[in-house]
Amino acid sequence: MNAVATALRDLWGLFVEDASLTLGILVCLVIAAFAFPALGLRDAWRGPGLFVLLAVILLENVRRTSRRRG
Amino acid sequence: MSWAHVGTVILAAFLASLVEFVEALTIVLAVGTTRGWRSALIGAGAGALFLTVLTLAVGPALQRIPLASLQLVVGVLLLLFGMRWLRKAILRASGVIGLRDEAAIYAKETARVDRVPLVTSFKAVTLEGLEVIFIVMATGARGLLVPAAVGAALAGSLVVLAGVSLRRPLARVPENTLKFAVGALLSAFGVFWVGEGLRYPWPGEDLALLGLIAGFTVIALLAVAAVRRSAAHASPVHVRRHP
Repeated sequence: MNAVATALRDLWGLFVEDASLTLGILVCLVIAAFAFPALGLRDAWRGPGLFVLLAVILLENVRRTSRRRG
Repeated sequence: MSWAHVGTVILAAFLASLVEFVEALTIVLAVGTTRGWRSALIGAGAGALFLTVLTLAVGPALQRIPLASLQLVVGVLLLLFGMRWLRKAILRASGVIGLRDEAAIYAKETARVDRVPLVTSFKAVTLEGLEVIFIVMATGARGLLVPAAVGAALAGSLVVLAGVSLRRPLARVPENTLKFAVGALLSAFGVFWVGEGLRYPWPGEDLALLGLIAGFTVIALLAVAAVRRSAAHASPVHVRRHP
């Protein structure tokens, strides 16, 4: 049982270090998958749009972390 | 069947497969250099073995595997993993997190079989390998599977040779610089595969990957510069600078 819990914790740690970053990424993915088509964003702009959302999330996370630790 | 036709099939399979092999090699080289070769090569080997067994067992039915779903799942995982890594590399490069502790952790992790490079290499080789199989099946339709497979095998051999020769030069690059680059690479691959999985057409198709890699690199460099500047304004004496 301990081994399973450790394995699950390790697996979780592979992808989640800062929960707000992970949540932000997932929200971006949901927006790209559902909101972009619903808003009528042209197909060719959806991929670059996802990149822009993710870039904003990353920058905001780094800014907040550096302020917290600084 | 003319030689020109066979030659065209070999060339088409070679060029198309070359792109996929290079994508897999990029990830295996990246995680191998930063997290240890042993685990990265075990992952890549397991991926190649898995593909071989799958091809032998399932054969033509492979065409029915929904590639888009696989790309979406792998893309999301790579994105979570890559952006987590990129964030940490930015924080270290800008001096928010120290480098020494990380170096100790890195040394400890590279001494054993590490799950991160193993799983990442496995996924990359499996996904790109599946695409190569589809390419061979598509270009080798109408009885030309063998020439198409020859083209793909030539591309694979060329990429493996390139990988072996690039391994040593890469090992001399500073660790955090590599992790920085790997974070940008994995994030770019993640966004690309998510887009493919959602069936969004990328401008320039596979070439969009280069734009995404450049985009994540620029964003990360801007973040480092911004954090260093704000830290310098806040406390000029205590700013730690790292290459």
